[in-house]
Amino acid sequence: MSDIKKFMFVNRKAPYGTIYALESLEVVLITAAFDQDVTLAFLDDGVYQLKKGQQTKGIETKNFSPTYRALEDYDVEKLYVMKESLDERGLVEDDLLVPVKVVSRAEMGALMNQQDVVLSF
Amino acid sequence: MLHIVNKSPMVNSALENCLNAAAPGDVLLIEDAVYAATVGSAFEPKLREALGSFKVYVLQSDLDARGMSDKLMAGVSAVDYGGFVDLTITNNSCQSWL
Repeated sequence: MSDIKKFMFVNRKAPYGTIYALESLEVVLITAAFDQDVTLAFLDDGVYQLKKGQQTKGIETKNFSPTYRALEDYDVEKLYVMKESLDERGLVEDDLLVPVKVVSRAEMGALMNQQDVVLSF
Repeated sequence: MLHIVNKSPMVNSALENCLNAAAPGDVLLIEDAVYAATVGSAFEPKLREALGSFKVYVLQSDLDARGMSDKLMAGVSAVDYGGFVDLTITNNSCQSWL
């Protein structure tokens, strides 16, 4: 396919408090279904989306965190997490439920710059 | 008095404003505000300081949903929904810091 574009999804919100994280996942899956080049960025409170051990029974909300583990089946394998955001929240790479690439602020900015389309959630 | 906060301390200043303005009493952290009571958070020192004037509670279900139960700060008490109701009864009034 000749018209493949580079899409980046920028995730900056914690899960459950707002609908953004879930909506982002939905659009990511749709975009991947159209064989586009998909990159996910997690920064600020968005890094909380990837925290291991989410148990949502008590708030009677769908636990969508297992979906992040299914992304590789849709050939979505470029997940970038901003190191400074992890540090500010006392999180380390081992707290996350999928393999990611941890990058600096500067590297994240450069990645954003390389995209054709950037969608913010 | 019971003060209820539901936003992450990294997103807006509701919790900080609450802790600055409120007279000593009870503070309940729900929804995304539970992140404020987790070990290693940039907000941890401020919340630790607040423990001198406030009794701080978090809603267990919101902590569990976010996978943060293993990181709850010492000195903060987790309550269930029944405990939430009890807090609204034992206090004369509530203020939600929206």
